[in-house]
Amino acid sequence: MSIHATKELQAYWKENLFYIAVLLGIWFFVSYVCGILIVNQLDAYTIGGFPLGFWFANQGSLITFVALIWIYVWLMDRLDIKYNVQQ
Amino acid sequence: MSILTWTWILTGLSFALYIYIAYASRAKTTGDFYVAEKSVPPFMNGMATGADWMSAASFISMAGLISFLGRDGSYYLMGWTGGYVLLAMLFGPYLRKYGKFTIPQFIGDRYYSNTARVIALVCAIFVSFTYVAGQMRGVGVVFSRFMDVSINTGVIVGMALVFFYATLGGMKGITYTQVAQYVVLITAYLIPAIFVSMNFTGNPIPQIGYGSMVTAEGAALLNDPSTQGKYLLDILNTLNKDLGFAAYTTGQRPMIDVFFITLSLMIGTAGLPHILIRFFTVPKMRDARSSAGWALIFIALLYTTAPAVAVFARTNFIKTVNNVEYVNAPSWFKNWEKTGLVGWKDKNGDGIMQLRPGKWDDPKSANEVKIDQDIMVLASPEIAKLPNWTVGLIGAGGLAAALSTAAGLLLVISAAISHDLMKGIVKPSMTDKEELWWARGGAGVAVVIAGLFGIYPPGFVAQVVAFAFGLAAASFFPAILMGIFNKKMNKEGAIAGMIVGIIFTAGYIYYFKYGNPAANNPAGWWLGISPEGIGTVGAALNFVVSYVVSKVTAEPPAEIQHLVGSLRYPGKLEAPAASSH
Repeated sequence: MSIHATKELQAYWKENLFYIAVLLGIWFFVSYVCGILIVNQLDAYTIGGFPLGFWFANQGSLITFVALIWIYVWLMDRLDIKYNVQQ
Repeated sequence: MSILTWTWILTGLSFALYIYIAYASRAKTTGDFYVAEKSVPPFMNGMATGADWMSAASFISMAGLISFLGRDGSYYLMGWTGGYVLLAMLFGPYLRKYGKFTIPQFIGDRYYSNTARVIALVCAIFVSFTYVAGQMRGVGVVFSRFMDVSINTGVIVGMALVFFYATLGGMKGITYTQVAQYVVLITAYLIPAIFVSMNFTGNPIPQIGYGSMVTAEGAALLNDPSTQGKYLLDILNTLNKDLGFAAYTTGQRPMIDVFFITLSLMIGTAGLPHILIRFFTVPKMRDARSSAGWALIFIALLYTTAPAVAVFARTNFIKTVNNVEYVNAPSWFKNWEKTGLVGWKDKNGDGIMQLRPGKWDDPKSANEVKIDQDIMVLASPEIAKLPNWTVGLIGAGGLAAALSTAAGLLLVISAAISHDLMKGIVKPSMTDKEELWWARGGAGVAVVIAGLFGIYPPGFVAQVVAFAFGLAAASFFPAILMGIFNKKMNKEGAIAGMIVGIIFTAGYIYYFKYGNPAANNPAGWWLGISPEGIGTVGAALNFVVSYVVSKVTAEPPAEIQHLVGSLRYPGKLEAPAASSH
């Protein structure tokens, strides 16, 4: 259950930080970039009756947020197993 | 049966359920009272978090607000959901690993300082009180609109109920009542939305429906055969432009302000104590992550439905009210006119209702129609021609939303008083039993004060959301984040950062809301950032000040650095070898 080697600890933490950085990058991209900064440019495209930028601001970013958390849950469960610290 | 009868029955049943649950899960120890013995399954905790999070304003007002704001309303949608990603990855699991009871306690322990703990507890109480005032008022408003009683009577009934289950059950009672309240509120919200979406577009999923084409049946409801086969959003854009409003799917606010408001709401969410403490209640670190995942699913269910409700309601409102003779007004319009949520003033004397930009009571504006934002949700069942019981359900749902949020906030206040102030600082020798009495007493007093705020709303109630989120963003978010991710952050840095963040943010909001309201416009704001978005800047200042101060003062003791290390891993971390540098 417990982690002994300091090196392993640090590796576990580093991998965790890497996951967080990548996932928060996507988090920023769908909401702040697609939903705010380039929303008008994206509105030139449509999906169904939605202008694309409007859709990201209204729905797309929210759906992505949910997906990001569950991907993180899955990644961390795997990481816990890899380092043999699963609870 | 009439709407009133149905509302009484459904509200009565839901209240009986809450009371039963609270009685069945009453707290016996402080562990029960503060964190439900850390035994809440993640799925349940997600539901409770959803109910905790979605307030009277989310339930009743948000869709209507968005229907006026158009695309700009997205800062609420993104801002009040995106924070959960931060909670899942940056806070939840580590706070759970820490494993104590309150946020001020975490801050006090991590920064080995009672000063830091006091700052945090004052902040937690202030944020929670400003937030709870609006909830108790919301309870009263729902009662008065649906049940023909005065607002004050409604507030008192709500107070009595919350008093009962918050003082008796603490976190345990609150958690399981919130689960029931979530089910009530989401059912009440989704049923009308699903039917409206089917009626207009034939698609039962509102999230897809409002981007779909209007069916023949929908065109008949809109009294305009030419709308058949057109995309609903295109119809609404054209309607808005024809009447002199901006196109619905475009934004009006400056981009920088939308950016800062969204960020301020997100990091404010992640810094709100009543949400953070929910992560203390699950059994394990990994449960904290999945809790956030469940919570966001349950929250997004309502938050992705709200913009659909906004579009359906606004299109329907314009089509069935604008340019219609008052004598032919739809029945729901006349029903709700009595409540003052909608109204008509025949300025040009032609007997026809004209909806235009501007205020309906401003003689210079051509607008003759009053629309309160709340009508968009409250009247949605009648607009969809649903049976009376669904209208009653909306009342029960609004009360569930308001009560669940109020209870979560009151628990934060009670724990701040009993655990952080009394046990933590004033009288550490206190027994568990004594502390439990302080906790119950604190909850009781807090309920009464919150109720008084509801009955005598202070002038600032409408503006407190900016305060609550701004302060949470500028104080808790940076302090907790650096507490976990920066081992070298010390007490001097954290305290200086929190003080600067709080003073700057509160000062900015105070200046524009009370000091100099005339300057409260994009030209007057610093860099075009509104008081709603300034929490982002406050948080950034907090980060910078903390970092600089921590660099020029002594690093935290080794045992604190070891504590921070232990937060990062599941399981026990062994004491560090001689040198950890």
